[in-house]
Amino acid sequence: MDEESGAGYGTPGGHAASGTAVGRVHSVETMGTLEGPGLRFVVFLQGCPLRCRFCHNPDTWERQAGRVMEVEEVLDELSGYRTFIDASGGGITCTGGEPLVQSEFVAELFDRCRKLNIHTALDTSGYAGLSDSVRRVIAGTDLVLLDIKHTTEDAHRELTGVSFEPIERFARFVDESPALLWIRHVLVPGFTLHLDTLRATAAFLSSLRSVSRVDLLPYHELGRHKWEALGLRYPLVHVAPPNRRDVNKAYNVFLDAGLPVTRP
Amino acid sequence: MQTDEKVDTQTTGTDEAAWHGFTDGWWRERVDTREFVQKNYRPHTGDEGFLVGPTQQTNDLWTQTRGLLAEEIQNGGKPNVDTAVVGDITAYGPGYIDKALEQVVGLQTDAPLKRAILPYGGIRVVQSACAAYGYKLSPRIEEIFTRYRKTHNDGVFDAYTPEMKAARKAGIITGLPDSYGRGRIIGDYRRVALYGVDRLIVDKREQLASFEVETLDEETIRHREELAEQVTALTELVQMAEAYGFNIRRPARTAREAFQWTYFAYLGAIKEQNGAAMSLGRVSTFLDIYIERDLSAGVISEEEAQELVDHFVMKLRLVRFLRTPEYNQLFSGDPTWVTEVIGGMGTDGRTLVTKTSYRFLQTLYNLGPAPEPNLTVLWSRSLPEPFKDFCSKVSIDTSSIQYENDDLMRTYWGDDYGIACCVSAMRIGKQLQFFGARCNLAKALLYAINGGKDEINGIQVGPRFEPIAGDILDYDEVMSKFDYFLDWIAKLYVNALNVIHYMHDKYCYERLQMALHDRDVFRTMACGIAGLSVCADSLSAIKHATVRVIRDESGTAVDFEVSGSYPAFGNNDDRVDTIAADLVERFMRKVSKNPTYRGSTPTQSILTITSNVVYGKKTGNTPDGRRTGEPFAPGANPMHGRDERGALASLASVAKLPYEFAQDGISYTFSIEPGSLGMRPEERVQNLRGVLDGYFIQNGHHINVNVLNRDTLVDAMDHPEEYPDLTIRVSGYAVHFVKLTREQQLDVINRTFHGRL
Repeated sequence: MDEESGAGYGTPGGHAASGTAVGRVHSVETMGTLEGPGLRFVVFLQGCPLRCRFCHNPDTWERQAGRVMEVEEVLDELSGYRTFIDASGGGITCTGGEPLVQSEFVAELFDRCRKLNIHTALDTSGYAGLSDSVRRVIAGTDLVLLDIKHTTEDAHRELTGVSFEPIERFARFVDESPALLWIRHVLVPGFTLHLDTLRATAAFLSSLRSVSRVDLLPYHELGRHKWEALGLRYPLVHVAPPNRRDVNKAYNVFLDAGLPVTRP
Repeated sequence: MQTDEKVDTQTTGTDEAAWHGFTDGWWRERVDTREFVQKNYRPHTGDEGFLVGPTQQTNDLWTQTRGLLAEEIQNGGKPNVDTAVVGDITAYGPGYIDKALEQVVGLQTDAPLKRAILPYGGIRVVQSACAAYGYKLSPRIEEIFTRYRKTHNDGVFDAYTPEMKAARKAGIITGLPDSYGRGRIIGDYRRVALYGVDRLIVDKREQLASFEVETLDEETIRHREELAEQVTALTELVQMAEAYGFNIRRPARTAREAFQWTYFAYLGAIKEQNGAAMSLGRVSTFLDIYIERDLSAGVISEEEAQELVDHFVMKLRLVRFLRTPEYNQLFSGDPTWVTEVIGGMGTDGRTLVTKTSYRFLQTLYNLGPAPEPNLTVLWSRSLPEPFKDFCSKVSIDTSSIQYENDDLMRTYWGDDYGIACCVSAMRIGKQLQFFGARCNLAKALLYAINGGKDEINGIQVGPRFEPIAGDILDYDEVMSKFDYFLDWIAKLYVNALNVIHYMHDKYCYERLQMALHDRDVFRTMACGIAGLSVCADSLSAIKHATVRVIRDESGTAVDFEVSGSYPAFGNNDDRVDTIAADLVERFMRKVSKNPTYRGSTPTQSILTITSNVVYGKKTGNTPDGRRTGEPFAPGANPMHGRDERGALASLASVAKLPYEFAQDGISYTFSIEPGSLGMRPEERVQNLRGVLDGYFIQNGHHINVNVLNRDTLVDAMDHPEEYPDLTIRVSGYAVHFVKLTREQQLDVINRTFHGRL
C-alpha cells in the first residue's frame, strides 16, 4: 500500500479562500460523554471508506455531503461550551464517518485547539495511510479512540469491506506516538463473539504498549432506520444484540489478557 | 380572637441550658437566626464517609409508613378526609404513626394521611373536593362558611372586574390563587427551636407596642391587628405542642428537641394553611449545630443523628392537603413543595455545607427516593469538591434533587434565603411573595394577531383593536400589536393579583407563618409567564421563515402554515435566543409599570410545573407549527424535539434568559439516561458535575436533573411531552428517546436494562 496516496481512500481536505481548511461536517453534538474524558464537543465529519455491516451512521459515508465549515466556525461554536468542557475535564472529539478522510481539516482544527488548551480526541477506524496530514493529526491529538472491528484479514474484509493491514500499521504508529490510546470494540454476534476471535483481538491489543483503556460496545440496532431511510438494505437483519452472558464472556477474555477493559 | 395574657415572661431571658456551648453574638439579644448560624456552624469540606444507614427503629417505622402510603394509593386516589372538623393549629389532638418508634412526633390531624378541611381560602373548593371524592361536607361547616364567615375566594369574586373573569375563563391567565391558599410564604421555623415561643411572643408584643403612634392610619391598624393575630397563633402553637407532651415555650436544649421544635413550628403552619406551596426553608445547617454539640458531648451517636434526620424527613413526606381533581390536573402528583435548601456559600466565603447537608441527602438512600421534601441543592462553583461529587451521585441514583445557582442568587438575597415552591428565592423570616401564577404568553401572541379575540371560543376577551389583516405575518406589525397587547394584559394581571392578595390578607391571613417573620418584611409580587419557547419560536418563524395565516369564516386566525426553516430556541442560536430573552425583559418591564398591593416589588418566574399541559390544551395552533391542544414545554424549556445540537446547546440557550428580569426564577428540566452520562460510574458523576458547573457559570438559574431508570422510560413512552431532553447515546450516535418509534423505544428499554450500551 502506498502511504502517501492514502491507498485511494479519502481525499485531502479542501481550502477556503482565506487559506484555512474547510471541513464537511455532518453535525455536532454538544454533550458527548462517551467519546473521551469529560464532556466532549463532538464533530461528526462526512466521508468513510469502510462499509461496516453494523454501521450506525451510514448517513456520514458520503464525503461531499454535510455543512461546509471553516476551522474558525467550529471553534466559535465550541467556545460557547468552554465552561462545561473546562469544568468536566472534557474537550473536542472528531469522529464521523472516518475523520481521517478529512485529515487536513482535522490537523488544522487540532492545532488550533492545542493552542487554546483544549483536549483533543480522535475517534477513528485507523484505516488511513500515514500521509503528512495524518501524521500532523496524530501529533496534535491527545487521545486516539481506535475502533478495532476485527483482527483477522478475511473476516475484517467481510465485516467492513476493507483490509485490516493499514489499520494495524496505523495502530503501531499511534502506539509509538505520545498520544494516549483507547480501544473500542463492537461485540457483534456471529462476527466478533467467537472465543477464538476474541482471543485474537485481545492478543493484538496486548501487543500494543500504550493502550490505557478498552471499551466493549455490544452491537445494537439503533442505526437500522438510517439504512432504510437511505434506501439501503440493512445487512444484519437476522442478528440480535448480544446477551448478557456473551458480553461477560468477552469481558473476561480481555480481562484475562491483562487489558484495562471497562466492565460492561 | 383573644391573645393569651398568661405567657410566662420569666423564662424569656437567655436560656443557659439551651445555649450552652454556643458562640455569643447579637443573636442572643435580638431574634436573628442567621447570625446564630454564622457564629456557630461548622462547615464540612470532607466526603460522605461518615454517613450511616437506617437504624432498626427507622426501618420499622418506615415499613409501617410505607404501608400507609401504599394503602392511600390503593384507594384509587380517594383521600381520607375529615369532613366534620375545621382544621387549625389546635383543632386536633395528638396523632401518631407508632408512638413508641417516632423520634419526631406530630401529624396534621389525629391520624396519618387524614386530610383536614381548611375553608378560609375558599369554601367552594372544599365543597367540590368533598363532592369529587364522594364525601359530604358537614352541613354545619357549610352553613358557617356560607352564612356567617366569608372566605378569601368570595372576597376575590366580589371585587373581580368582568374583564378579569373573562381573562381567567379563557385561560390567558390561569392558576391564580383566588380560590385556595396562596402559599409561597416560609416561616423561619428555626426561631422556635432557638428562642422558644415565649421569647418570640415578647418580641411580637414589642412590635405591637411600636405601632402605638400618633395617628392610626389604615396600614398601622392592619399591622396591629396582624401582630395580635400572630401572638394568638404562637400561643396556640404552644398548646399544640403541650398536647404532645412538649414545652416549646423554652428553647430547644438538645438536637432531638431542635428537630422537634422546628417541626412543630412547621406543623402548626400546615395545620392551618392549605397553601399552594408550603416550603420548609433552610433548616439543615441550623440543625447541624445542635447535632454537632450533642455529638461532641457524647450525648448522641452518628446513628442517632441520622435517625433524627430520617424521622423528620419521614414526617415531611406525609404532608397532605385536600385539593380538587382540577388542581391535580394543573399540578399533578399531589405536590406540597416542602422545599428545603441545602448547601450554598456564606457571604464570608465559607461553605454552608455541613454534615447534616449530607445527612438530608442520605435520606434518599435510607428511605428511598421521593419527590418530597423537595431537596434543593444551592450550587456554587466554590462548593467543596466532595459535596459536588456526592450530589451528582445522589442525582444519578435517585433523580430526586433540583439545583439552583447560589452564586447568582447570593448577590440578590444574601446567604440565608430559602426557596418557596420550586425556584422562588426569599430571605428567611424577612421576605415573602404574593404568589401570582402565570400569564399564557403564547395565547397573548394569538390575541395580538386576532385583535383581542380568543382563538378557541371566539369571545372578545381583550380590548377590541384591529386584527392583523395580511395573509403573511410581518414581524414588525406583529411585534407592535403584541407589545400593545402585553401592556393591556400586564395591567389586568397585576390588578387581579392586587385583588387576590388584598383578600387573602383579609380572610386567610397566615398568622403563624408571619409570626415567624420580622415586623417589616420585603414583599414581592410574583408574576409569571408560560409558553416562553412557543412564543419565541413563533416570533422566530415569523421573522426568519414565512408564516401564512389561515382564517375561519369569522375571520379569526385559526392556523398557520410555515414555509422555510427557522432557528428554534434551545440550539444556542442568538437569532432566536435574543427573542426569548427580549420577551422576558419586555413583559417584566410592562408588569413593573403597574402599582402593586402593599407596595410589593414586582418579579416574575418562568415556571409551569406540570401546568404546561393544561396551558397547551387551552391554546390554539401557534405560528411555530405547534398544533392546538399540544402541550407547551415546561418552564423555560425549549420545545421538545426542536433542540438538535445536544443538551448543552439547550442549556446554553436557557442560561441566556436574564435573571435580572425573572427574579422569581427560571426553571429548566433536564432528563438523561444514565448510560448517556458516561460509561463508568465515576465518569457519570464527573460529567454531571461538569454539566452543573458549566450551566451555572453561564448564569443558568435552576435545573431539575432526571437520570432515568427503566420505569421512567416506560412512562416516557406514554407521556413524551414530559421528557423533551431524554437522550440515549451509543458511541457516536445520539437520539432523543421520544423521537424513536415505539419498537425502538422498547428495544432501548430492553437493551438498556438487560445489557449495557
